[in-house]
This record gives sequence, structure tokens and C-alpha cells, in this order.
Amino acid sequence: MRRTMKTTVALFAGLLQPLSGAAATLQEAGGPGELTQRQAAVQVLNRLGYGPRPGDVERVMRMGIAAYVEAQLYPESIRENPELERRLAEYTTLAMSSTELFLEYPTAQRARAQMQRQGGALDTAALRMAARRSFVPVQELSQARLARALYSERQLEEVMVDFWLNHFNVYSRKGAVRLFLTEYERDVIRRHALGNFRDLLGSVARSPAMLFYLDNWLSAAPEGAPRAGEPPNRGRRRAGDNGVPGQRRAAGLNENYARELMELHTLGVGGGYTQDDVEAVARAFTGWTIDLRTGSFLFRPDLHDATTQEVLGQEIDSRGISEGEQILDLLARHPSTARFISEKLVRRFVSDDPPEALVERAASTFRASDGDVREVVRLIVTSPEFFSRDAYRAKVKTPLEWLASSARGLDIEVRDLRPLLGALRQLDQPLYGAEPPTGYPDVAEAWASSGALLTRAEMSQRLARAGMRGPTGHRLLSGSDPVEGVLERLLPGVETDRLGTLIESAAEGQDAPRKRLETAVSLTLASPEFQRR
Amino acid sequence: MRRRVFLKSGALALVSFGLTPGFVWRTVQAEPARRRKVLVCIFQRGAVDGLNMLVPFAEPSYYRMRPRIAVPQPGAREGAALDLDGRFALHPALAPIKDLYERGLLAAVHAVGSPSATRSHFDAQYFMETAAPDLKSVRDGWLNRALAASSISDPEGHSYLRAVAMSERLPVTLKGDEAALAISNLESFMRGPPGGLESFEALYDEDSGDAVLGGPGRDAGAAIKLLRENDPRRYEASAEYPRSPFGTSLLEIAQLIKADVGVEVAFADVGGWDTHVNQGGAQGQLAARLRDFGGGIAAFCADLGDRMEDVLVITMSEFGRTARENGNAGTDHGHANCMFLIGGGVRGGTIYGEWPGLEPEQLYEGRDLALTTDFRDIFAEALSGHLGIEKLDPVFPRYQVNRAKFFGLMG
Repeated sequence: MRRTMKTTVALFAGLLQPLSGAAATLQEAGGPGELTQRQAAVQVLNRLGYGPRPGDVERVMRMGIAAYVEAQLYPESIRENPELERRLAEYTTLAMSSTELFLEYPTAQRARAQMQRQGGALDTAALRMAARRSFVPVQELSQARLARALYSERQLEEVMVDFWLNHFNVYSRKGAVRLFLTEYERDVIRRHALGNFRDLLGSVARSPAMLFYLDNWLSAAPEGAPRAGEPPNRGRRRAGDNGVPGQRRAAGLNENYARELMELHTLGVGGGYTQDDVEAVARAFTGWTIDLRTGSFLFRPDLHDATTQEVLGQEIDSRGISEGEQILDLLARHPSTARFISEKLVRRFVSDDPPEALVERAASTFRASDGDVREVVRLIVTSPEFFSRDAYRAKVKTPLEWLASSARGLDIEVRDLRPLLGALRQLDQPLYGAEPPTGYPDVAEAWASSGALLTRAEMSQRLARAGMRGPTGHRLLSGSDPVEGVLERLLPGVETDRLGTLIESAAEGQDAPRKRLETAVSLTLASPEFQRR
Repeated sequence: MRRRVFLKSGALALVSFGLTPGFVWRTVQAEPARRRKVLVCIFQRGAVDGLNMLVPFAEPSYYRMRPRIAVPQPGAREGAALDLDGRFALHPALAPIKDLYERGLLAAVHAVGSPSATRSHFDAQYFMETAAPDLKSVRDGWLNRALAASSISDPEGHSYLRAVAMSERLPVTLKGDEAALAISNLESFMRGPPGGLESFEALYDEDSGDAVLGGPGRDAGAAIKLLRENDPRRYEASAEYPRSPFGTSLLEIAQLIKADVGVEVAFADVGGWDTHVNQGGAQGQLAARLRDFGGGIAAFCADLGDRMEDVLVITMSEFGRTARENGNAGTDHGHANCMFLIGGGVRGGTIYGEWPGLEPEQLYEGRDLALTTDFRDIFAEALSGHLGIEKLDPVFPRYQVNRAKFFGLMG
């Protein structure tokens, strides 16, 4: 018999104890208690993290939903999985600075320059080796990121890191970005993931990753504009050289960063800026560049446009590097920014169609707290809208969410993460691989195409085979009903009668228990039920 | 009807695709005389520099504004642009398509684009794909709406492969109420789900009750069946495509067309145009991308041969780039751009559109090529002239299509 969600809820409703924690705030707020406590736990695990592992739902219910959410909001308070820490320790590049990475893993271009400086002949084999080696840091970073999504206890932190990396997107295959990424994720994104928005924005603005990706490192005051300083080392200046070793000649305005700063990082596209604002901001950020000897931020007064700027109708009275800082202040505190960021967070945590009232409340918290991301996220994930029936299972998983939730649900210990990274590429969501500054879309339509569903189905079988070989397979096979075990693990809180029947008929004639188990896993991972969270 | 042979040489013309398909899709069978028209859209994502693609070499200001990246005039000793009409010339990397122009099969439109002032890639692409500049509320793509307006109204007459995009994700252009498919790779698509097509179909049947995922899931199953019954991969290419994602996309579109599986519209992306830094002139970054682009289109036309009588290719890009080169020997986001139309029905060998000039006072906002033709007029003319769509208003929200403004692009 197929039961609808409604009857399931009614069945459970009578058994419910008074809701505690976050679910209770929604009753206090006068809203209907729309989810059972079990569903509320599932919702929290699917939205504040990459899906439940076996036993997680019960754990969250025991702990209390509010207490779990509160702990997740303070990742440093959660004891990290020691197994994960051992794993991460093996990735030696994770702790290195951009400067160290620059020396240790030079791109082929830099390696060639080095050889030429040393006066030796070009060693092409060594150059090829250097080119390959320069990808090691981003490979380790990718594996670490996936390992964290799968195994970190600090799940909300991982979700926020993913959110901000996507919001402040950079593309690993653009030039030297891959050598800046490690520091970018660690010291910019992760450090401020639940912190203050202005700090995050300022940190991004000075990050070599963003300066390189959006070309600002090459932007200089236009010909004829007054400059804030003289080029250093004038005496040694040659044609085509700015006088600073390791600096490429920068000779004009590039407005790429200025535009995306307002359109994508802060105000949003309807946020009320004009082309004049874009040009003014671009001028203000001239001189914000990269010291290519060290791979670190550098302000160069000699490239900085010294003309007074007006941005969004306000005169910017600071000079030099403070000019950019003042603009970042202005943008971070602008009401359009509060709204834009809030709406994006609500879309991520609640629904593709963000409920207007919730966006309003989140934006007002953003303004009142001066951009405290933790406060805004707390408001969103404890709101009645978050625990509403409309929001329950309303999101379609992105490829990363789908893969991670598969591995977590099945509780698989993936020793080599590289095949999964390849799978993400095939599913069109490679880590650090979004080329446009918009990052990846966060709505169902973008991921729900026929082709994508087929690719997921194909991968489901591979995951099922690989995943059921290990201890999880043994555990399930030794249980009384392996198929039921699979459904419980992968789809807790979800009506699975239909799926169970389908699995039975597909597994008909398959005598080997392992084969039946693989069929159950493969079909469940490929099912529409499992595409949702 | 004019018949013009697309093939370059007589030898190639002997190559025949008269293989009898093992399965003939039933409406095709019902109207054997009717050859299906196909519209192929190519999106140059990232904003191609139209002024270096179709070079206005007669404009002295072009060379003044682009000291490092201008393409040399026709007749120059090295890297000369390929003269088309004494005023405009193709980038030398586009040599493979010059021949199509000379034979009257390729038309160019310059100073064309979106009237929206946005210089955001994201927005401009969205506006072009929805054909609704500055109307964010429009969610579906113009090509999807065109399918809805298409004169073939019998729903049973539509193939599941009526609309295909050669990509993993469906582009906005094809999103909407009409079924459309994203196929990133024909071979793996046809292999289908490993557990067997039947169980996949059961997963996504009506009982799944999933309003978002059910449709795409069911379409996938039906499309695989159709392809298996009439395998397009039997049709080997008779021309050499660039070995690139774009080349492969076009090759597979050609196979689908040859296999007669009911494709009406096809879509391919080609990227790498956002040349803010070191764009290059006759050689370099942009030249390499244009070689892929032009080589792909030329191979597609040669490969399809006579079938190009029924095919129209339109190329588009979200906006042009600044008329002046920037400080990094690149170009920033601009305004109007250039489009190509290629096909047997095109009145080619001509460059259409009013040229606004490149003198400082003629530039849009003092920096970009000004717009004289709305891209929607080109889309509308193509839909009307090629697909025979008469009701154009529903395809272009809040836009009055004026047939009097049509250039007569389609012969």
C-alpha cells in the first residue's frame, strides 16, 4: 500500500512528545508544527550537512534539534573525527602558504623562467614534470574538501565553506589560481565562514586568488590619470618593466573585479549601481595587486589612480589603499547586500523559491548584527519556514550533495577519493571548477535534466558495486532484511513503499544476496526520492 | 526551391547517407515527402570580441583604438584579415568559413545584440537565452517557446529528441514546458542506465509523483529507446571536425540529423571568449578559439552536405567587447556584437545591418560598438523564415515583432 506523506505525518503526530529546541520555537511562534520530530532531524541533517549517516537521525533526536543546531553553529566546539584528521595530515600542502607553494610547485611558466635565470639549457622533461606537479596542491585540496564533506563532524562549517566558495567563486584552471587556492580556502573562506561578512569580503578582496581570477592584479590607473606614487627602484627601470622584480607591466584599467564585486559579491544585480559606479570602483582598486615573487597581496601606489571617486552617490574621501577599504565598508553595509546575501542563504538552506517573509527577517538580522553570518544562518535554520512542510525535501541535490550523501548514508569508508572527484567532473560540478564568476547554480532546474539523471543512474551502479564490497555490505547482508536496511540508511524519514516494491521486482530472479543488495543500493541512489534532500 | 550543393568537391558529393534506418519514426513515415527543418543554435559563451571576428578594417579608428590587438588589413603581409566586401573582413582564423560566404551560404549581421545595458555575463546570457532583455521574470527559453509555437501541433507527432542540447545541463535557451534533452555524450547517453532501462523508467514513472524530476526522467527513457532503434552513430563523419568539445558537439548534432530521429532544434555551447587579458590579434588566444569555432562550423556544413538545405545555423554571444583594447591587451565587456547565419536557405554572401561607426561620438556610452539591430529580430526572422512559425509574439515577451524590419535573410 502506498501511503502519502500526509497520512504518515498524521500517524506519527499522535505519538509525538512536545517538541524541544528549535522545533519548539516554531510552535512558540504560533506556526503549525508541520514536521514530526524525526522529519525535523532529517531536515537538519540534510540542510546543515551532507545528509545523515546511519544512526544520525536518532542521535540528533536524542541530543535535541536545537542543541544540535547550536553546536553546529560553533564548529570549533565540536570534537573533530580523529580518523579524518589523520587523513588530512597526509595532505602536506594544506598547511603551506602561497609563498611556499610557489617555490615548491611552480607552474611550468615559472619553472622555465627560473631555468633561464640560472642560465642553463631548458630541460623539457623537467618542465613537463613541473607542469604536472603544479596541480598537486589543488588535487590535495580537492581530496581534503571531499573528505571533510563525507567525514567531518563539523558539517555546517563544510556547507558554509561550500556556500562561500561558490559565492566568491574562483576557477582553479585559470593561471596561477591553483597555487593561491589552498590559502584562499583556509585563511579567507574557512576562517570567516560563520564570521563577519565585512571581514570575509575584505579578506577576499586582498586574496591573490580573487585578484588573479578577476584580473584586478593587472588593473592600473589609465594613461594620464594622476597616480598615488612613483614606481619603486626608478633607477633600474627598463622598458616594459615596472621596476619591481617579479611584476608584470600593468598599463590600464580592468573593471572585471569591480563589476563582480557589486553584482555578485555584495549588492546583487538589481542592487542599484551604474556603469559609472563600476568604473569608479575599478579606479579605486587599481594598485591592489599580487607580488609574484611571494604570491601575496601587494598595494602599489604607483599603479593607483589618485582621482577622487564617487560611488553610489557617496564621495569616497579616503586615499590610497583606504579608498578601496572605504568602498568595501559601504558595500558591506548597503541594504541591498543584506538582502542579496540573505536571499541566497535562504535559497541554499530552505527552498529554491525563498519565502519573502523569511528573507526580510534574515536581511534585517544581517543589518542589525552588522553582517554577522552566524546570526543570519541561525535565524534561517531555526525559522518556521525551515521546518515547514513546503521546505521538507524541497531541494534537489547538487552532484556534490548527491555523492556525499550516498557515501554518508551507506557509511562507506572511501580510501581513494580521486574516483569520486572524477565523478563530480562527469556530473558537471568539479570542485573549484566553475569557470564563470557566478559559481554553480543552486536551483533544481539546473541539475534535474534528463542527461544528468541518467549519469547519476549510471554512477549509482558503480557506487553500489564498490560500496557493498566493504564492511557495510557485510553488515547489511548479515541483517534480517538487507533491502529494508538500505532504504532506512539512505532515506530515513521518507515514504519508501513504492521504491521497495520496485526493488523487489527488479531483484526478482537474482538469487545471490549480494547481487540483490547491489540492485537495492543502485536503484535507491538513482531514484527520484534520493535526488531530494 | 533553390538547391545548392554544400560539398566542397565532387568526390565528397558521392558520399551517400541513403542507408535505410532500421526504424523509421512514425510521423516521418507518415510524411515521407516532408523534410524536417532543423535550427542549430551556437552560443559563444563569455562574449566574443565581434570586432576582431568580423573586422571593420575600413575604420581608421579601429586601428587607433586597438594598437596591440587589431587584426591587420587585408593585403597585409602577415595575419591579414580576409576581405568580404571591401569594408569588413573575417579574422584569418575563420578562413574555413569564408568559402561558405563566397558561395552565398553564410550571412553576417553586425552591430547586433541585446538592447539591455547590462555588462554582466550572467544577466546578458540569461536575457539572450530567454530573448527577454531586462525581464528577469521570464524563466523559459526562447527556443522552447518557439517549439510550443511551431506549426507541427500534433503532440504525438513530436519526437522525444525534438530539442537537444549537447551539454550536461540543459541551457536556459531550451528550458520550459516543451520537453528538451541535454546529451553530453551520445554514446554514454545511449548506453542508458546500467540496471536496465525498464527499472529506470519505473523509478521515474507517474507514480513517483515528483513534479520536478519525473518529466526529465521519463523523457530520458523514451529518448534512449528512440536512439537505440535508430542508431545515429552509424553515420560516420565525412569531414574532419576539430578535436574539441565543440567539434564533437557539432559532429553529434550532424549524426542526429542524418539519423532522422526528429530533431527540430539543437544547441551547442562554445566557450573561452572572455578575453580580458592578452587576447592576441591575428594570432593568440582569440585566434585559437576562432579556429575551433570556424573549423567546427565548416566541417559541420561539409559533413551534412545537401542536408544543409534544411538546416539553419545561428551563432550568438551575450554581448560584444569594448572597442578599445584595455590595459592588458585584452578587451572588457561591451555592447553590440556580430552574428552569423549559415544554411541552404540563407541569403548569404552579404553583411546585414546598419553600421554605426567607430568614431568616439558614435560609440555606445563612449566605449562600445553601438547597437542597430535587436537580436530578437534576427531570431524572429529565422523562426519565421526557416521553421515557418507564424505566431511570433508568444516567443518574444513584451516585444512587438515587426516583419517590416526583417532583412530578408532567408531566401
